[in-house]
Amino acid sequence: MSHLTDLPLWAAIPVCLLLLAGSIVTLIGSIGLLRLKSFYSRLHAPTLGASAGVIMICLASMLCFAVLQNRWIFHEVLIIVFIILTTPVTLMLLGQSALYRDRIEEKDGVPRKTTPDLPTPETETP
Amino acid sequence: MRYWFPYPLLSFALMVFWLLINQSLSIAQILLGAALGISHAWLMVNLRPSKTHTKKAWLVARLAGQVTVDVARSNLAVMRAILRSKRRPVRSGFIAIDITLRDENSIALLACILTATPGTAWIEFDSQTRVLLLHVLDIENGPTWADLIRTHYEAPLKELFE
Repeated sequence: MSHLTDLPLWAAIPVCLLLLAGSIVTLIGSIGLLRLKSFYSRLHAPTLGASAGVIMICLASMLCFAVLQNRWIFHEVLIIVFIILTTPVTLMLLGQSALYRDRIEEKDGVPRKTTPDLPTPETETP
Repeated sequence: MRYWFPYPLLSFALMVFWLLINQSLSIAQILLGAALGISHAWLMVNLRPSKTHTKKAWLVARLAGQVTVDVARSNLAVMRAILRSKRRPVRSGFIAIDITLRDENSIALLACILTATPGTAWIEFDSQTRVLLLHVLDIENGPTWADLIRTHYEAPLKELFE
């Protein structure tokens, strides 16, 4: 950790700002996970951390280590790309399983299936 | 040429990925990455994905810009909604939209865009009735959500791929 003191001021300020902003966004997302009432609304909260939060924290990391090691660093981009590519899959899976359960339990406020003759919902999301 | 290199863009992306995780641009790594990229493209042939081509590649940039602006804006909106939720509970709900897109890949792209936007969650797409079920966090302005998706995303995707 001690080599972090070598970071010059002009780099330290944007790194800190990005890191703080990213953490605040992720924190708000987690608060949302706690506060929002229904399962479907809670699906929205973690996307905050998964989009803006990840991007800002990874940018801060890229900038910090690029300045410290005096070379270009790009492989954090892969973290951003893979998190953005994989979260939709998880969210769709969660959303569809919740919808399936709620339809079987016939909860209020959940849209019915448009083609009732099929026993299971057509879960063909590409 | 197409036989040996079935998915040139995929091969290239895999090579770039290989170089990035190895953090090196040496000849050996480039050759290894190229070999990996090309051989994995052959594996992809067995999956038989439907191919999509576009002749208006410059429209991609416009769509990407639009998506970036919308994602940033809805990030702020969702944050505001969460922080205010103690005083004023969020009114969320489902909306159903008829989708006229035919191409499988452009529907997949639409799914990625809508899921990346924090205010909207893709719940279900019925491939027979072509109805898309979305969950929207802040439903206050209900009809504008459907309009926004139609004009901002569906129309450009249609122009791009169909």
